[in-house]
Parts: sequence; C-alpha cells; structure tokens
Amino acid sequence: MAIQREIGSDGATPIERLAVLAPQELWLPAAERLRIEQWATAGYPYEACGLLIGRVEGERTLAVRAAEARNLNSERPNDRYLLDPEDFLAADRSARAEGLDVVGVWHSHPDHSARPSATDLESAWGEYSYLIITTTARGAGELRCWRLNGGEFGEESIRQEEIEA
Amino acid sequence: MSDVTIRIPTPLRSFTGGADEVAVDGGSVAEALGNLIARHEGLASHLFNAQGGLRKFVNIYVDDQHIRALGGLDAPVGRGAVVHIVPAVAGGAP
Repeated sequence: MAIQREIGSDGATPIERLAVLAPQELWLPAAERLRIEQWATAGYPYEACGLLIGRVEGERTLAVRAAEARNLNSERPNDRYLLDPEDFLAADRSARAEGLDVVGVWHSHPDHSARPSATDLESAWGEYSYLIITTTARGAGELRCWRLNGGEFGEESIRQEEIEA
Repeated sequence: MSDVTIRIPTPLRSFTGGADEVAVDGGSVAEALGNLIARHEGLASHLFNAQGGLRKFVNIYVDDQHIRALGGLDAPVGRGAVVHIVPAVAGGAP
C-alpha cells in the first residue's frame, strides 16, 4: 500500500494519502438526487453542502439518503464551504440509528464545473464519495462523483438506482 | 469495564482495524485519546500535530458538546460518555 504525503498550503493535510482500492460507483436514488439539486439551487449563489448516508457494498457506495448541512464559511461562501460539524454529528447519529454510516459528502460549485478543485483536494478525506454539483442562475447542472485515491481524485460513476433497505 | 466510548469516523477506521467505536478508559478527553492512540498508534499523526495540539482537521465532541465549550483537551469525560471524532469537511471551487 503506497503512502504519499502531500503538504497543503498551510503545511498540513487531513490525512496521509493512502493508495487504497475503494468504491468506484455511487448508487443514488432519483429522489435523493432531486433533494440535493433542490438544496444546491436554493443555496445559489453560495456553496451548499451536506452528507450522504448509506452503506458500502464492495465497490459500490449506496447513498440511501442525502442530508443537508450548514456552510459555516461566511467570509467567502460563493466559493468555499465548511460543513458544520454539528450537522455531521447529527447525521452520524441518525445514520447509526438506522444501521447506516456517513459514506460521502455533497457540495455545490456555483458557476463552476463539477470537477474537484485544489481546495477540495487539500481538505479531502479518503473513503468518502465526494459528490459535486454545478449550480447556476438557471438551476442545477452536472453532477459528478469523486474519491480520493492516493494523492489525487479519481472519478466514480453515478448510477440512478433505488436502494433496498 | 472501560469508561468511555470513542466514535471513529470512516476515514480513520483503517487505523483501528475497521472498528467504528473503541472503548477506552479516561477521565479527560486527552486521557481518552491518549489511550486510543496507545492502542492504535497510526491515529497519532491524524489527531495531533507536532506541538501536541489537536489538528484543525478534526473536531472533538463529548456527547453533544464541542470540547471548546468544555475546556478543550482537558475537558472531563464521565463514565459512559461518548467522545466523537468528527472530521472537518471543507472545500470549494476553485
């Protein structure tokens, strides 16, 4: 297992970049995609964010449901987000109560592509599916999913699937 | 019987053998985390910086309260408390 350490602009990274084989496909029910689109567009022109709750089965992340979270970055919310840890805690608790887990993060890129940025990379954790959605004044745009693999993001495919409990 | 349960987020479970919770003894957050690291050394550099302070990428809660409201790493933890390691999640474009 190769370990790469990258140093961010502040001299630290969240985690050593372990090169681990991880899920490469995200299952997202239509209703959850719609919720994310609605939250993201309601937040425009600011970045909106939240979590994916579900389970991992082999090479699939099953996002049973999405949760909304507050963006605590009030200085530059147009292009930065800081997910409220209180909302993470609440999502983790409710996930556990259902026998599920926090399996990913979603956030929006207002007027920007759904590709992860250097800022996204700097703060990323391994073993989460990172869903990014473009928003514009016209509404929600492309939706893409990413996962940290070594020192960079690799794209995960998204399948619109209903998930059995 | 251990006093405290520490909740481990997914990105750090590779350091605990996959465990999402670890039971430890400890009368304070610092003690509990110290005992956690003694058992799972790989966590050390992900929780603490070189100066021994908590890294900015993790938040620590005792039950429902962030430790900054409880006195930081010296915050007491009672028997049966749950210490949550909550990852800081952030980013942005570009």
